[in-house]
Amino acid sequence: MSLSIEAQGALETFQQAAGWEQRARLLMQWGDRLTPLNEAEKTADNLVHGCESQVWLTAREQDGRWLFTASSDARLLRGLLALLLVRVNGTAIDELEHLDLPDWFNQLGLGRQLSPSRSNGLNAVLQRMRQLVAGA
Amino acid sequence: MFQPSPWRADFPAIAALQRQHQTYLDSAATTQKPQALLDALTHYYSHGAANVHRAQHLPGALATQAFENSRGKVAYWLNAASPDQIVFTHGATSALNLLAYGLQARFNAGDEIVISALEHHANLLPWQQLALRQGLKLVVLPLDQHGLIDLDAAHQLISPRTRLLAVSQLSNVLGAWQPLQPLITLAKAQGALTVVDGAQGVVHGRHDVQQLGCDFYVFSSHKLYGPDGLGVLYGRSEALALLDHWQFGGEMVQVADYQSATFRPAPLGFEAGTPPIASVIGLGATLDYLGSLDQNAIASHEATLHGHLLRGLNDREGAQVLGRPELALVSFTVEGVHNADLAHLLTEQGIAVRAGHHCAMPLMKSLGLAGAIRVSLGLYNDSDDLERFFSALDQALELLR
Repeated sequence: MSLSIEAQGALETFQQAAGWEQRARLLMQWGDRLTPLNEAEKTADNLVHGCESQVWLTAREQDGRWLFTASSDARLLRGLLALLLVRVNGTAIDELEHLDLPDWFNQLGLGRQLSPSRSNGLNAVLQRMRQLVAGA
Repeated sequence: MFQPSPWRADFPAIAALQRQHQTYLDSAATTQKPQALLDALTHYYSHGAANVHRAQHLPGALATQAFENSRGKVAYWLNAASPDQIVFTHGATSALNLLAYGLQARFNAGDEIVISALEHHANLLPWQQLALRQGLKLVVLPLDQHGLIDLDAAHQLISPRTRLLAVSQLSNVLGAWQPLQPLITLAKAQGALTVVDGAQGVVHGRHDVQQLGCDFYVFSSHKLYGPDGLGVLYGRSEALALLDHWQFGGEMVQVADYQSATFRPAPLGFEAGTPPIASVIGLGATLDYLGSLDQNAIASHEATLHGHLLRGLNDREGAQVLGRPELALVSFTVEGVHNADLAHLLTEQGIAVRAGHHCAMPLMKSLGLAGAIRVSLGLYNDSDDLERFFSALDQALELLR
């Protein structure tokens, strides 16, 4: 499954990042670019459980492709969400379940954000995404 | 001025963590272990493990003796009147659940159980669920503005309907000694049972359960530099006699038939199945080690570090300390900064602190906070650990602002 131009761009930028400070700065920049959710979308139904921060995730289908939106009150997590959405949005409906998302974060040099002890919420978001996809 | 810890070298994991560029400031969650404990575990496993209180053979006799010696050491540590007042459980949580189930039949619908607003989940949920099972009322003592249980409110709320009081000695979030003595006096005056959760308190200083005058005192070994999987329930003999047997199985039984059985009194009657033998022996070794140290020197070292931590945080613009911490730990938030972002960046820099709700969700809600960062100290920490933390905090805040 080929990467979109945007995802390819993210990969190159993060792979070139030297050290944690630069990665953190990049994450914040990506987070700032995330389209904000409107208040109507910040419902209890869209809230992802299992995060210490508040995270909302919505999923819909458009022309046979996935379109997710997400947001969080934590900035670095918003960056991680932006990197997730750039990889999954536009994926064909039947392709998403075959996508190795932990590998995507590994390639970005952010694999540690998925360690089970992390309560930052990224794991919970991936789990919720799988549920949404399975329910479709 | 550099403040070394004279005991740092006794904890080999501290050096190992430092080699991995990790600064450990999460001792309120669990502690690193002294070499004396590691030696005791190695000795037990390499000289012959055996089950306790069962076998007539020599390894069994030695293991049982070491196991029972530990019971004596714990009793001595708490100044309990007798080793028979010490029940080994699988953790502080398990000890509190034992109480909530073991005392269940003593309560009737409408009776009241009193806890405080700062209880962590382990000293809240067993009582909450007991209240739901038995139709009891769970009364929550509010805190004053400094994070201490409000005694004026306690005077009103502890009433003739109060059958049990269960409170923490030292909050895992607010780091302040709670006014146990007046609370216990109030509860006893109403004929209520008293339970003290010493999970954090037992780690700092020596506490005399007879002087405290509580019916039950609970702590977990792993927070006191001991092995995990082990908790301690102290009970006054008369109070232990009130407990119904809870978990059933080997060792706690006196006579078993297919259709009925009789059970042993405390402590063995409440230690069903094979206990965590190595951990019990290990805790004994930890207590020997801790007992050999100068308690005043530890208290003064911890107080100096805590002052250093508190001053450093107060010096940082926007940092807000929760409550009025006196020792052991400081929880804080930074204005305009999400604690998850701060936690993320501290982790990136090898600072091991705790972030989030600290297993005390209702307390955090009542403080109007989604979470906080908690820095907690052990006797092995030194001022360099704090300097590394402050420098990482400054870096993180610079990035985030």
